Amino acid sequence: MPKTSAAVTQADYIKAYRIMLLSRVLEEKLASLYRAGMIKGGVFLGRGQEALSVSVGTHLHRGDIFAPLIRDQAGRLAFGDTVLDTLRTYLGSQLGSMRGRDGNIHRGRPRDGYYAMISHLGAMIPAVSGALFARRLKGESGVVGATCIGDGGTSTGAFHEGLNAAAVEKLPLIVVVANNQYAYSTPNSRQYACEDLLDKAAGYGVTGHKADGTNLLDCLQTLRLAVRNAREGGGPQLVVADLLRLVGHGEHDDGQYVDPKLKASPLGGDCLALAEHHILEQGWATAEEHAAWRREVESEVNSTADRVRREPTPDPEEDDWAALSCPEYREHYATS
Amino acid sequence: MITYLEAIRLAQQKALATDPRVFLYGQDIGNFGGAFKATKNLSKEFPGRVFDAPLSEDAIVGMAIGAAIEGMRPIVEMQFADFSTCGLNQIVNHAATLYYRTGVPCPIVVRLPSGGTSGGGPFHSQSMEALYAHYPGLVVLTPATVEDAYTMLFDAVGLDDPVIFCEHKFLYNHLKADSLPETSLPIGKARLARTGRDATIVTHGAMLHESLAAVTELAEDGFEIEIVDLRSVKPLDTDTVLASVARTGRLLCVSEEWPWGGVTAEVIARVSSEGFGLLDVAPMRVNAKDTPVPYHPDLWSVHRPTASTIAAAARRLLLS
Ligand SMILES: Cc1ncc(C[n+]2csc(CCOP(=O)(O)OP(=O)(O)O)c2C)c(N)n1
Ligand SMILES: [Mg+2]
Repeated sequence: MPKTSAAVTQADYIKAYRIMLLSRVLEEKLASLYRAGMIKGGVFLGRGQEALSVSVGTHLHRGDIFAPLIRDQAGRLAFGDTVLDTLRTYLGSQLGSMRGRDGNIHRGRPRDGYYAMISHLGAMIPAVSGALFARRLKGESGVVGATCIGDGGTSTGAFHEGLNAAAVEKLPLIVVVANNQYAYSTPNSRQYACEDLLDKAAGYGVTGHKADGTNLLDCLQTLRLAVRNAREGGGPQLVVADLLRLVGHGEHDDGQYVDPKLKASPLGGDCLALAEHHILEQGWATAEEHAAWRREVESEVNSTADRVRREPTPDPEEDDWAALSCPEYREHYATS
Repeated sequence: MITYLEAIRLAQQKALATDPRVFLYGQDIGNFGGAFKATKNLSKEFPGRVFDAPLSEDAIVGMAIGAAIEGMRPIVEMQFADFSTCGLNQIVNHAATLYYRTGVPCPIVVRLPSGGTSGGGPFHSQSMEALYAHYPGLVVLTPATVEDAYTMLFDAVGLDDPVIFCEHKFLYNHLKADSLPETSLPIGKARLARTGRDATIVTHGAMLHESLAAVTELAEDGFEIEIVDLRSVKPLDTDTVLASVARTGRLLCVSEEWPWGGVTAEVIARVSSEGFGLLDVAPMRVNAKDTPVPYHPDLWSVHRPTASTIAAAARRLLLS
């Protein structure tokens, strides 16, 4: 099936773009809060990866499963995460979904199909596969699960085992690789030796899709097709999108090791700026309308941050310090 | 001033300079110098001997094992101790069993940036010394001072057995020394970090410093507390611990690890079974709480032992 069969309308494009814009503005706020020393823990941003990420989140429905990774703010928002809960987690509010127990990129609400990643890369692939397996066992159909990973994460045992197991079970899994050319400081030349990460699809016997991660339309079309294939029983789909990480690995890192040639190449294009340009060029919005969109999200982000800063932080006295859900199995013995 | 982190870098530099069998392998440790900069400039100084690895902990440890069998002395860096579980199989089932099964030793060093820091959260904070110490066939080191970080890492490379080197991230930059010693106590020997007669605190890693602060506070009330810094949790220097308890009659074990089956449990088990008669009162311990390590700094600072919780426990021990 050609990608162009996955028709993307003007409305789809603009909806996705506005989520990207919200994500970008929110992440810029996170970066400035980080520099001001107000964030608890690290900050890892998805600048330059919004087009890919939003395309994943936007093609999932309520009832689907999404396990985002560290650079998926846009996809999270598209899947239903909020500015409020994002800021609550980063600013350490007690009211956040993780209650201060875990933070930031690790947030999630598994009951809503929004899985909470662990740091160990690759681990979410078999977990989402298991969720899909369970849905099948329970007689549910038409459900898909998507999870994202980086070029580095494709080198883990969990990636290999997870994708292979999903392929054996022919699960409706979409694995989206943001091939942003670096894993922390490690360039792809030290990460893998195949010509293209897409080659791995054949090795596992799954359908592969290639996308231009800087191009929103291509990302939307690719993910629409991949999600549809999975939903219709086509088994696991591996999407590989080429792009460049436009920030440091985290906000603590200046990324000075990134090859300037890559920055100057098409891979270094900023998907948000390119999509904005496309919208204006197509006459889908005027510059004034676009400026109003930005002001709208800036005001949402700023007012939410102000609100969250006044919220209570976790109280160690109130926390039940329980790692087991069954109260009867919680042990009480003197360790202090 | 030399930091704990710099001492680790210098120990690797010395190992590379003095032993051609040594090479370094790990994520981002080449030009970038590692996530914490523990290998800064080493790839430049020792071309062809410091390698960036793919994001593959199982392969990193497995490669080290194979290289060790062939006579090399690899030092591998896990980016965080927590990620070593992705290489657990190779460490505990392969490296740890090799000598016992084949008579061929496995001289690898696995560096684990360990322990909690503010905001680290559940996956960048773990203390894994007890987990690894549980497996026969591994040496598990927990340096608590700049000097030990340096000498023990260098000595570890010379050891014929696999070493799990638990370097504490909390100490990386804030612990400093004027100079580095050429030699120190052998691996496997504990050190008296403080002498005293009223009670013994047995601890290791970053908790040495919380314990020292607690003991300083208690000294104002006239209590003299001895501190044993284990340095190595496997082998565990039971003799030094028992000798101290023989002097004080009171034992408090302190560790940042989870309590179940941890180093405190092991020390108390040994003292209770081998030195029961030396104890005037029941031994006590202070550990981290039995939950994953929380991310929020306000929760984290209560989750792990601190000078004040150690001092409070010591007071109860002294008054019992
Ligand atoms: C199993 C494992 N090993 C090491 C790490 C430490 N780590 C966190 S992010 C990262 C680089 C990830 O690179 P990539 O998968 O390409 O994702 P990107 O950061 O480029 O989005 C590393 C090494 C980890 N999280 N998990
Ligand atoms: Mg990457």
